[in-house]
This record gives sequence, C-alpha cells and structure tokens, in this order.
Amino acid sequence: MTAAIEVRAVEKRFGNVGIIRDLNLSVAQGERHAIIGPNGAGKSTTFNLISGHIKPTSGEVRLNGDVISGLRPFEINRRGLSRSFQVTNVFARMSVWENVRCAVLWATGHRYAFWKNVDSLSEVRERTAQILDDIHLTHRRDVPAGLLTYAEQRELEIGITIAGGATVVMLDEPTAGMSHAETERAVSLIRRLTEGKTLVIVEHDMSVVFGLADRISVLVYGHIIASGTPEEIRRDPKVKEAYLGEEAH
Amino acid sequence: MNAKMTSTPTSKIVDTTVGDGLRFYGIWLAGIAVLIVLPLIFSSGGSLTSFSLIGIAIVFALSYNILLGQTGLLSFGHAVHYGLGGFAACHMMNAVVSHGWPIPLPFIPLFGGLGGLAFALVIGWVMTKRAGTVFSMISLGIAELVASSSLILRSVFGGESGISTDRTSLPKILGLSFGPQLQVYYLIAFWLVISAIAMYALTRTPLGRISNAVRDNPERVQFIGYDPHVVRYIAFCFAGFFAGVAGGLAAINFEIANAAYLGAIQSGLVLFSTFIGGVAFFFGPILGAILVTYLQLGLTSVTGVWQLYFGIIFIGIVMLSPGGIAGLIMMHRPLVRAGTLPTVIPSYLLAAVPTLALACGVILTIESIARTHSGQGSPINLFGVAFSPASPVTWASAAILVAGGFFVARLSWRRVGEAWDRATTIARDRGYLA
Amino acid sequence: MLELIVISTLNGLLFGMLLFLLSSGLTVIFSMMGVLNFAHASFYMLGAFFGYQLTKWIGFWPALLLAPLLVGAIGMAVERYGLRNTHKHGHVAELLLTFGLAFAIEEIVAMMWGRSPVDYRVPALLDFPAFTIFSTNYPAYKIFMLAVSILIFIVLLTVLKRTRVGLIVQAALTHPHMVGHLGHNVGRIFMLVFGVGSALAGIAGVIAGPALVTQSDMAAALGPILFVVIVFGGLGSLPGAFIASLVIGLIQTFAVALNGSLASAFGPLDPSAGPSVLTDIWNVTIAQVAPIVPYLLLVIILIVRPMGLMGTRET
Repeated sequence: MTAAIEVRAVEKRFGNVGIIRDLNLSVAQGERHAIIGPNGAGKSTTFNLISGHIKPTSGEVRLNGDVISGLRPFEINRRGLSRSFQVTNVFARMSVWENVRCAVLWATGHRYAFWKNVDSLSEVRERTAQILDDIHLTHRRDVPAGLLTYAEQRELEIGITIAGGATVVMLDEPTAGMSHAETERAVSLIRRLTEGKTLVIVEHDMSVVFGLADRISVLVYGHIIASGTPEEIRRDPKVKEAYLGEEAH
Repeated sequence: MNAKMTSTPTSKIVDTTVGDGLRFYGIWLAGIAVLIVLPLIFSSGGSLTSFSLIGIAIVFALSYNILLGQTGLLSFGHAVHYGLGGFAACHMMNAVVSHGWPIPLPFIPLFGGLGGLAFALVIGWVMTKRAGTVFSMISLGIAELVASSSLILRSVFGGESGISTDRTSLPKILGLSFGPQLQVYYLIAFWLVISAIAMYALTRTPLGRISNAVRDNPERVQFIGYDPHVVRYIAFCFAGFFAGVAGGLAAINFEIANAAYLGAIQSGLVLFSTFIGGVAFFFGPILGAILVTYLQLGLTSVTGVWQLYFGIIFIGIVMLSPGGIAGLIMMHRPLVRAGTLPTVIPSYLLAAVPTLALACGVILTIESIARTHSGQGSPINLFGVAFSPASPVTWASAAILVAGGFFVARLSWRRVGEAWDRATTIARDRGYLA
Repeated sequence: MLELIVISTLNGLLFGMLLFLLSSGLTVIFSMMGVLNFAHASFYMLGAFFGYQLTKWIGFWPALLLAPLLVGAIGMAVERYGLRNTHKHGHVAELLLTFGLAFAIEEIVAMMWGRSPVDYRVPALLDFPAFTIFSTNYPAYKIFMLAVSILIFIVLLTVLKRTRVGLIVQAALTHPHMVGHLGHNVGRIFMLVFGVGSALAGIAGVIAGPALVTQSDMAAALGPILFVVIVFGGLGSLPGAFIASLVIGLIQTFAVALNGSLASAFGPLDPSAGPSVLTDIWNVTIAQVAPIVPYLLLVIILIVRPMGLMGTRET
C-alpha cells in the first residue's frame, strides 16, 4: 500500500541557512505518527513544507502517492490533507458555528456558490452540528471565536482541521499551553476524532506522544535521526543522546 | 433513541428561528412600507430629490460593504464602478432611443450594473491578488488611472461635459413616462429593495460566509480548501455590479454621467458613509448613507466648510467607535435583553451636556475662522444665538466651550464607562453576553 | 531635441528626488509601523503652506528651517494621540484615520488659504538663471532644490548607516516582525520616525512650493503618485523607492515635454470613420497622457512583478 505521506530528500533553505536538510519521512495509511525534537529542530517548518505553506528548496512530498510539493495549500487540502496551527488560527470575528461550517463547505461541494442559502444546506448543517458536538462546543455555538477561552480555541482549531473530512490530519502542538486536565481531554478528543485516519502530530508533552503514537520520528537540526515504534525510540541511543537525554537530567 | 436524544435541543433552536424569522421578515416589510409611504407624507420636490439621492447612496454604500465589511477589502476607488455604471446606463439609454430597442427605463440600472461588473471582471483579478494595505493602494492607483483616462477618451466619456441623456424618450412601460421625480423615486426605491435583498442574500451564501473567513484570516482559509484570491475576486465583482446599479440609478436621476461620478470625492464619500454607518452589520451602511447624504444636502446651505465637518466626524468615529453607528447601537443589545440599559442612561444624559458644549465650541471655532478668512463675516447662528465671527466675545466663548467641554466631557465619559462596566457585568451574569 | 533631453533630464531628476524625499519617509513609516500614511502628501502640502506663510512673516530662510519642524511636530502629535490609540483596532483603522486626516487637512488648508493657488515666490536671492543651455535659462532655484534634496539624501544615508536609530530602522525594514522586540522605548522610536518622516515631507513642501503650484489640492494630486512609487519600487524597500522615484520622475517629466501623438507620427486617421475610442487614442498627445503614465506603470508592474522592483515581501 502506498504511504499516506512520503517525504523524500526534502531540503529547505532560507537564504544560506539550511533549516531542513535531507528530510525523509514515511507515514503509513492509518498510522498515528508523532514528530518530536528539541526547540528549533524544524518541526513546524516540516509541517509547513508538507502542507504547502512554504515550498521546499528541493526534494519532493507525496500524498497517497501523488506529488504535492509545489502545490498551493488549498490544492493540497482538497486532496485530503488538513492541518492545524501551533498558534491558534481561527476566524476570530465569526461565531464558533460559522468557523466550523466554513471548514465544512468545500468538502461538501458548495465551493464558491453564491446562489445557495447556506442555512438551508442540510448536509452542511448536520455535519457542523456533529463536529460541534464532537469538540464539546455546542453550548458555545453563537460565541465569536475570538472570545473563547484558550482551551476552547484549541479545541475549535482541531474541529476546523477535521471538519473537511480529510484523511490525513496534521496537528501542530495541539495541547501546547494546556493544563493537565485539559490535555487529557484534548488527547481523548484527538484519539476519537482521528479514528481510521492518518495522523501526524508535533508534540512536546512526552506522555501524550508515547500514549498516542504508533510511530515516532525524532527531528534534530532539520534532519530525522530516528524513526520507529515508541519502544524502539525509547531504546535508541542516538535519541537518548540528542534529545531524551536532556530531559532525563 | 438517538433521534429522541437530539430532538430536545434542536426543537428549541427551531422555535427561536421561527420567532427570528417573523421578526426578520417584519423588518424588511416595514422597510418596504416606509419606502412606499415616504413620498406620500413628504411630497415636496425637495424631499423627493433627497429621498432619491439617499436611495442611490444606500445601494452604493451596501455594495461597498461587500468589500469592506464582508471581505475586509478597503478600496479607495469604488466610485470607478459607480461611474462606469452611470456611463454604461447613459450610453444604453441613448442607444435604446436611437435604435428603437424595446427596453423600457426600469431595466436600465441592470446595464449600469453590467458596466460596473465588466470593469471588475477585467481589472479585479490583478487587483485582488493581494489584500490589506496593498489592495488599498492599488485601488487608489486604478481609480486615478480611470479618472484620468476618462478625460482622454472623449468619445466614451464626453470630456468635461459628460454624456447626457433623456430618460423620458425610452419606450414606456405601464404608461409611466418617468418624467416626474415621483416616478423616478419609485424606480429607485424598487431597485433599492431588489439590490438590498440580493446583497443581503449574498451574505447568507457559502461565498458570503467564506468572504467573512477571508476577511478574518486569509491564511487559514487556504487550509480549508479555499483560494482567498478567488474569493476576493468574486466578492469584488459583486461589489462592482451593485455599484454599477447605483451609478445607473444616478444616471437616470440626473440624466447625465460625467467624470465626477468616478472621481476620488465620490469614492471618499462612499467610504465615509459605509464606515460611519458601521461595517459589521448589514444595516450599518444604510444608516451611514442616510446620514451622510442628509448631512451633505443639509450642511451645504448652512456652512461653506461642510466637508471639514465630515472629516472630523469620520476621524471621531475611527478613533472612538470603529464599529460605527450600527456598532454603537448593537452594543446595547445585551443590555436591553438583560434589562440593565436603564442603569447607564443617566450617565449618558450627564455626559451629553459637556459633549454638546464641546461640539458647539468646535463649530464656533471653525466657523469663526472660516468666515473671517473668506472675508464674508456673516454671523454664525448657533441654536438661535447669533455670534459675530470677528468679535472677541465669540473667540472667548469658543475657547471656553472647547476647553471646558473637553475636560468635563472626559470626566463624565469616564463615569459612563463605569456604569457601562457594571451593566455588562450583570448582563454577563445573566447569560446575555459571552 | 538635445536641449529638450538635457532640460527634461534635469527636471526629471529634480522631480524624482522630490518624490524620494516623500517616498523614503513613507516607506520607513510603513515598514516599521505597518501604517500606510495616507496623510503623507498632506504633510508635504502643509510644508508648502507653512513655508509660504512664514516666508511672508519672517523670510524664506528661517521658514525653510521652521516650517519642516512645525510639520514634524504635527506628525509626532498625530502618531502620539491618533495612531497610537487606533493601533488596537488594526491596520485598516489606522489607514482610515490617516485618510480622514488627509481629508480634514485639505479642508483646513482650503479654509485658511482658499482654494486658489497662493503667491509663493522664489526667494530673491535665488531668482536668477543659473546657466543657459542652448536657448533655455535654467533657474538657479531649481539647482538649489536639487542640491537640498541631494544633501538630505546624503544625510539620510549617513544616519541610516551610522547611527543606532538608523540601525534599528534598517533592521525593521528587513525584519518587520522584530520591531515589537525593540523594548520599552518602541513608542518613542515610532514617534520619532513618524516625526522625521513628516518633517522630510515638510521640507519637500517648502522647497517645492515656489517652483510648483502651492494650492489646497496639491496633496490629493501627489498622494496617489507616491503610492505608485512605493508599490512600484517594492513595499518596504528604500533602494526600490529611490529607483522608482527617479524612474517615475523622469518618465513623467519627459512625457509632459513631448508633444507627439500617434497622429503626428503616422498621419491622421481617415476622417470618414467618425469619432471613436480609436481616434481619441490616435490624437492624444504624450503630454496629455502624462498624468496617467504612473498608473499604467503600476498596472504593468502588478501583472509582471507583483512584489515591485526591489520588493521581497508579500504584504
């Protein structure tokens, strides 16, 4: 079976500075894959490269076997890859309901339609209601997203990301800045919502990573130094040295 | 069982939408009724002319808000579409007359709209590539380009004198000649209703909602499958179309189109109207267009520097109430619902006195300077009190009003703020405010 | 012909340098604060009118010094009491504020000095022909204008390269996101930059006033061209603004000087065709087209290179 995401020899330079060098990554269909690494290792850049936010200097990215590097973000999204952002990135002046509904519209085929009443689209309405229910924000549906609490905004962020029904979901530090209880809630939410999908997640919280991921890749200085099951990663001496070692002190 | 579980909350939602629906249609019907009845109450020629101008201004301002309020595009050249719509309408009317086409006058604004749309289709793709400040600058450049070109292409734009036409020589429909202003008023009112409904409906379509998303966060929109450039382009085309309709109505009303239609002043006025009215609500631009047109008509006869007052009002709104008049009104909705509005009203009344004094001081200052410099020296009539612009008494009272009004107003508005905080806290506790 | 080329080149350089006096301030303000100052050309106009009024009261030379200082002070007040309070409402609100200001300043100027041109004369000291080329006397005052703008250009360059504030400004040009990390005195730096930018516009106004027309619509006429300059050069790029200023200055000056039209080049069209868009275009002289040339350039650069000549940034 072709991999959901295949990154081959990707390089990214800003001027003379190589941020990402010879990046290779393979995520199988249905896998829950975590990318870890110290600050500044290039995790978010990797996300940006895969999702089309920035273009690689060289190398290629494939989604379900098709080359997507060089495509624009919305083209990649339409092929079934959706991502969230590390810094909350919602539609601040629109209500929670509108936020999620906008994320449902393209996937339900309504595109740029200006001849349909958006309120009368039953499929859109049902899907939006379902997602609001899933992310436990039904009671906040009419509140402008900018007025939500931080944890609620993070949940909305996840809701927007999965609303389009993408088969490959990429979450950039979904639990950053959350309390312990909020993190637990978010993890079970992620587990439930990405059931049967391919998940790529960047995360700092090791308990989340080892609890959630099927496979883990360790990124250091723009290069993946190890990739494997949580057990393999735990035992890998290179990882211990470069990354986990620091934490153990 | 699943159905039963979800039925309770949804039925409540349905109930409120039915109630909202009744009120919603009620507001629209009331608006239409006002449009029908207005000329029967105020039937003088002057008021008919004013109503017609206001109607045109509303269509124009609503079209502008498709850009500014809905899509977040600040254009300094929206009058280009208005003007081209006006020229298109004039040429169409003349062509109908000379070729004897069976197109009666009420259809002419449609051609105005097509004129505005055509230009938007051509130039819009390049213009909407980028949003924000860059779009604003480019819109200004394009507006200058069109305004200057209009003086060169004399065969299309008629040079300085413009293109004139005669609305009464088109084929008649329902026996209407459209000679009398009353008939023109109803024609404008008809197109106002049609356009307003269409533009409101547009906000409720997938495109309309995605436009809002592009306004709030164009980056994120790309990751839910949309190309923000395409969204901006389509919105731009709609705005161009309805601006063209407004221009067509103006061409019918004045029976002429000239370079002033597409000039910077017209673009500035529609920006003023829309922003003063408030961009965040659909009815905001309507309020703004009514107010600005009314002020424009009313102030010109009272003062020579009415444009300065516009500038000051505009700056005041930008700095103190960026939501415009509509934003100010809607701020009070949670308080009305929570029943705490009466607690803030006394502080408003208290603040109104020094604020009014300050305003009088400013007016007195401006008028004294203006009338002294223009050399006419006619007395300033402020609420029945006549001030001589050259007299030291006037200067002194202006200074006292400005300085005193300013300090007392600051204090009293602070009290408004405190009363407001108390009222909103209660409203929040009662669950009417997020 | 050669005469025309020499004179037009001189005039074009002069106009270009004036444009750069304005566009440099506009670019720096935009890069640092994210604000497109719509009222920038209004400060130029204020400079011209203050220059005119002060010249009447205390003479040209003191006015040359005092008027820009006044304009700079007004600019600082605008930043301190206007923009700083509007900042929380976003860039659109800031842009609208400066738009309203531009409108109000024009009306105030019209109220104080009327709408017709004022009699702002070249100072007697400089009212002589500097040299004669072929048959044209080139006025000394224009040479003086050119000298002043070049002098300011050099001072500006030195300040940017050699001083601490200059380094901060440069850093802000290349890394706009870093401006927020300048520390607690960021407000003062903004105010200073805004004040200096306005004062530069004021100087341009004082020296351009006698040579061009000092009138209440001069800001509205120049403002859009300034925007073309900074978009054409590439937003946030000072070298871009410099090149674009000179290019547009030269092109426009040459266009005004040339009287040719398609009709004069290729002969008149068949008159039996009657008036049409084609005859309009055929008969229009280059001089008549001059006002739209900058905007045509704008459209072309947007299609060919949307980031502008030297631009690196998307927004």
